[in-house]
Amino acid sequence: MPAVSKGDGMRGLAVFISDIRNCKSKEAEIKRINKELANIRSKFKGDKALDGYSKKKYVCKLLFIFLLGHDIDFGHMEAVNLLSSNKYTEKQIGYLFISVLVNSNSELIRLINNAIKNDLSSRNPTFMCLALHCIANVGSREMAEAFAGEIPRILVAGDTMDSVKQSAALCLLRLYKASPDLVLMGEWTSRVVHLLNDQHMGVVTAAISLITCLSSKNPDEFKTCVSLAVSRLSRIVSSASTDLQDYTYYFVPAPWLSCKLLRLLQCYPPPEDGAVKGRLVECLETILNKAQEPPKSKKVQHSNAKNAILFEAISLIIHYDSEPNLLVRACNQLGQFLQHRETNLRYLALESMCTLASSEFSHEAVKTHIETVINALKTERDVSVRQRAADLLYAMCDRSNAKQIVAEMLSYLETADYSIREEMVLKVAILAEKYAVDYSWYVDTILNLIRIAGDYVSEEVWYRVIQIVINRDDVQGYAAKTVFEALQAPACHENMVKVGGYILGEFGNLIAGDPRSSPLVQFNLLHSKFHLCSVPTRALLLSAYIKFINLFPETKATIQEVLRSDSQIRNSDVELQQRAVEYLKLSSIASTDVLATVLEEMPPFPERESSILAKLKKKKGPGAVSVELEDGKERGELNGGGDRGGDAAIAASNASTPSPSADLLGLRSAAPVSGAAPSAGSLLVDVFSEAGPAASSAGVNDDGFLSALHAPEASDSPLVEGPGDSDSAPPSAASEDPAPPLPESDELLNKFVCKNNGVLFENQLLQIGIKSEYRQNLGRMYLFYGNKTSVQFVSFSTTVSCPGELQSQLNVQTKTVEPLVEGGAQVQQVINIECLTDFIDAPLLNIKFRYGGALQNISLKLPVTINKFFQPTEMAAADFFQRWKQLSQPQQEAQKIFKASHGMDTEVLKAKLLGLGTALLENVDPNPENYVCAGVIQTKAQQVGCLLRLEPNAQAQMYRLTLRSSKDTVSQRVCDLLAEQF
Amino acid sequence: MYISHSSLSLLPSAPAIQIRFILIQNRAGKTRLAKWYMQFDDDEKQKLIEEVHAVVTVRDAKHTNFVEVRQKDLLDAMSFRNFKIIYRRYAGLYFCICVDVTDNNLAYLEGIHNFVEVLNEYFHNVCELDLVFNFYKVYTVVDEMFLAGEIRETSQTKVLKQLLMLQSLE
Repeated sequence: MPAVSKGDGMRGLAVFISDIRNCKSKEAEIKRINKELANIRSKFKGDKALDGYSKKKYVCKLLFIFLLGHDIDFGHMEAVNLLSSNKYTEKQIGYLFISVLVNSNSELIRLINNAIKNDLSSRNPTFMCLALHCIANVGSREMAEAFAGEIPRILVAGDTMDSVKQSAALCLLRLYKASPDLVLMGEWTSRVVHLLNDQHMGVVTAAISLITCLSSKNPDEFKTCVSLAVSRLSRIVSSASTDLQDYTYYFVPAPWLSCKLLRLLQCYPPPEDGAVKGRLVECLETILNKAQEPPKSKKVQHSNAKNAILFEAISLIIHYDSEPNLLVRACNQLGQFLQHRETNLRYLALESMCTLASSEFSHEAVKTHIETVINALKTERDVSVRQRAADLLYAMCDRSNAKQIVAEMLSYLETADYSIREEMVLKVAILAEKYAVDYSWYVDTILNLIRIAGDYVSEEVWYRVIQIVINRDDVQGYAAKTVFEALQAPACHENMVKVGGYILGEFGNLIAGDPRSSPLVQFNLLHSKFHLCSVPTRALLLSAYIKFINLFPETKATIQEVLRSDSQIRNSDVELQQRAVEYLKLSSIASTDVLATVLEEMPPFPERESSILAKLKKKKGPGAVSVELEDGKERGELNGGGDRGGDAAIAASNASTPSPSADLLGLRSAAPVSGAAPSAGSLLVDVFSEAGPAASSAGVNDDGFLSALHAPEASDSPLVEGPGDSDSAPPSAASEDPAPPLPESDELLNKFVCKNNGVLFENQLLQIGIKSEYRQNLGRMYLFYGNKTSVQFVSFSTTVSCPGELQSQLNVQTKTVEPLVEGGAQVQQVINIECLTDFIDAPLLNIKFRYGGALQNISLKLPVTINKFFQPTEMAAADFFQRWKQLSQPQQEAQKIFKASHGMDTEVLKAKLLGLGTALLENVDPNPENYVCAGVIQTKAQQVGCLLRLEPNAQAQMYRLTLRSSKDTVSQRVCDLLAEQF
Repeated sequence: MYISHSSLSLLPSAPAIQIRFILIQNRAGKTRLAKWYMQFDDDEKQKLIEEVHAVVTVRDAKHTNFVEVRQKDLLDAMSFRNFKIIYRRYAGLYFCICVDVTDNNLAYLEGIHNFVEVLNEYFHNVCELDLVFNFYKVYTVVDEMFLAGEIRETSQTKVLKQLLMLQSLE
């Protein structure tokens, strides 16, 4: 093969490049370039017509100058002229110039397109490829308009050269990605899919990228590609290392094509056809087997190519998540890589294992590697490998290993890179809360977190520990003792002061019996930190002081003196001054009784009990738990009671939570690690999406400490209890109890989330139609009961009821209907609905009638959902972002990641989002593929602002839906409702 | 190694273009090839070039050949992973490919090597200067092997045969 010598063919160019390289300074370079530009300009403007060679040379020089980073504002026309040359080298430089200096100058585009058109129809494969590469490189809309029709024809024509096919396939892919509306595949689909069978492997390699992209957008139309891909893969996998000749890379047959085939299969569920599936499983097993074979070469290229296929195969196995045998084998293979001497392999194994950890089949197998992973966290030199190890520990954490993992993560935090500390802190906080078996451990963990990485502990983390301490009497003494000890450190983080101030202000009495932590000692300790703290912390401390006055009358004089000092009472900060003045007055004027009432211990934050804990209590009787609470609250006699309280807490929690799923926070175990079911390698897979539900139930809302903590309530809750009493319900004509709601009633309900009218229910006898309208917090619903038979319904009656809590959330009024419905007739019923406050369940509609003597008894859910009370809100991007950031407490956010169950058509998505009742905001999200919406839910009690973001990932066929609102229950409910719609 | 708050965060996440760009840089940060598969304006390109240089040159043999890019998302306090740079160093030159975070690391790492072997064969023991003086031919080699951000042809024999044929057309 001839060596390419320096700039052969264009001497002038080589000289120019040498000159530039010899320039000693930037100034000299610019001078030389300007000289050259002037020269070229004069040549282009000159009277003498330039020959093709000179034109090529000058255009190439201009290109070089541009690539050096200088602006080029002329020469485009000359470049376009080169396109129509019939010499390859001239044409190539012309096309290169156009591709690099894309210019949407419309006149030029017309000329360029003309030249491309000529080359495409030239039947000269070299020219055709040049033209196709130019289209693929520029990919503008104008080009799509001009060529989207022509290129598929070239791609599938029988007489097209292989190299042209390769270029045409990828050129079409580029146009499809840029302007999908212009590329119509309809008639070409099947011929494109069959390119997978092409005998030229290069054509298959190029075509498969196109097919993968098209399949991810239109899976149904392309699903025949699955069996073709499997048989192609099978042929490659079973071939000997030399069979494929040109396509064998370091003894590995067609590694890139294999990877692409495996990736294409990840667009689809496992093949339904047993034979195809069998063949695929065989391929996957062969790939896993090959990993165990001795290498055919010692070169890293060999093992990399082999492992590229292996990792892609493992991705597919994880994507299917249905073959326990393969999953466990994959896990074992990755386990071997964890100790491999190649850093790349250790990194990739950690990353891949992270997704394996969320599969129920391989979770346990992943856990066996815990020691290796911990070791990686401690010893890897590359921070990104340590990061992967931390991710994996997080993913493999469960109740059985939480203490070990949290401890390791905490110790890693002391030396962790700044770039990942914040994330680590959140992970530790989430794990500690999720898997805490006793609260003292939880408290210790969070305080350690503050001590080690206080700067990275966000507000929600320390809010949360306070909430838990307030709500759990059994840990209060321990918490007080622990913060007291933590505050002894000469330098402690301000977040520690905050937690300390709050907890001692509430529960300092529990440790006051010990002279080492007497009231005055406690106060002096806190006050010694005061001057080092920021204003908000000082404000918190002032509140702690006034609480001290109530808890410990003996500190009153000392504290009043502090409050009275000029630095407090005349503090230049209004908030601090006001607190000082008011607290001082309060402490001097109010009687002890008043003081005790005003400064009473904070009431527990409302929280929902976990079903398991509630059951336990029932078993033990209601007294069992509260007795201990009384003990804990007795003041004064608790000499060293902190310890006792702590021990008692541990004992109590050990005694009362034998079940591994007992839930510290009384939240439903709403955050199953595997719940998000992320598809392998999906963009949407990120660590915190898995922890989303847990994160969103942690923390506090706007109202700080006084916030309510509602667990997200699933909509499948206690309907079995049947409808409760309802004032508005008409007396039931039939004496039988209303039937439980139909199993499909949830599904029927979901149908109406984004629409107001339609058929709610239909069987052989009866059809129920619905029309509804909503304004602010009021709604009116018309129900149409149609008798489909020719026989009359007698004793026809309907009841609408609001079970359980719903009674206080919705006000529903119905008018009774006539008890007779003639055959073929339709009766109408009007229902008025008032939304009092936000709600989760739907009202129940029970219909009873007799048809030919038999009693019919049907219960349905009325499609009244919280989103019906949305008022759309238009807002500008800036407002949206500001509002979004304001709603940043974890529990204000609800997030779901889910597979698309329907097509991902833009218009349909938009229609659904509008149907939800929110305003669809254009030009807000920086990514045009995403949707953001805003609306206000109108209830009688309050208005709840709600922001929504939907991120489709067409490739993975998944969505990520994020809801933020000022009320956690609303975020969660709207998120749940909407997630069912796509 | 993570790049945060960087201009790399300008990269949109969907629809997936496999390769965002290919860069060849020397240790001093001089660009020897920049092939872009997405629209960037000139300032963005310059920033990307500088950042890629900053992150790859500090890494050594104990590091992986992958640098992940954390994208700061305006609406998502928790930044999430979107892109990665897969690179390999040959003497004084860094060959870098920026791909989607879900892409197959090893396949692209070997994609780089395959490309380098083709260059080596084509230029007979390629060196940095070959890429400087023949920059316009390097683009041809790239287009033969990578097109529209995808792998077009992987057979070294086929690519070299085609390049040889084009060479004869000079």
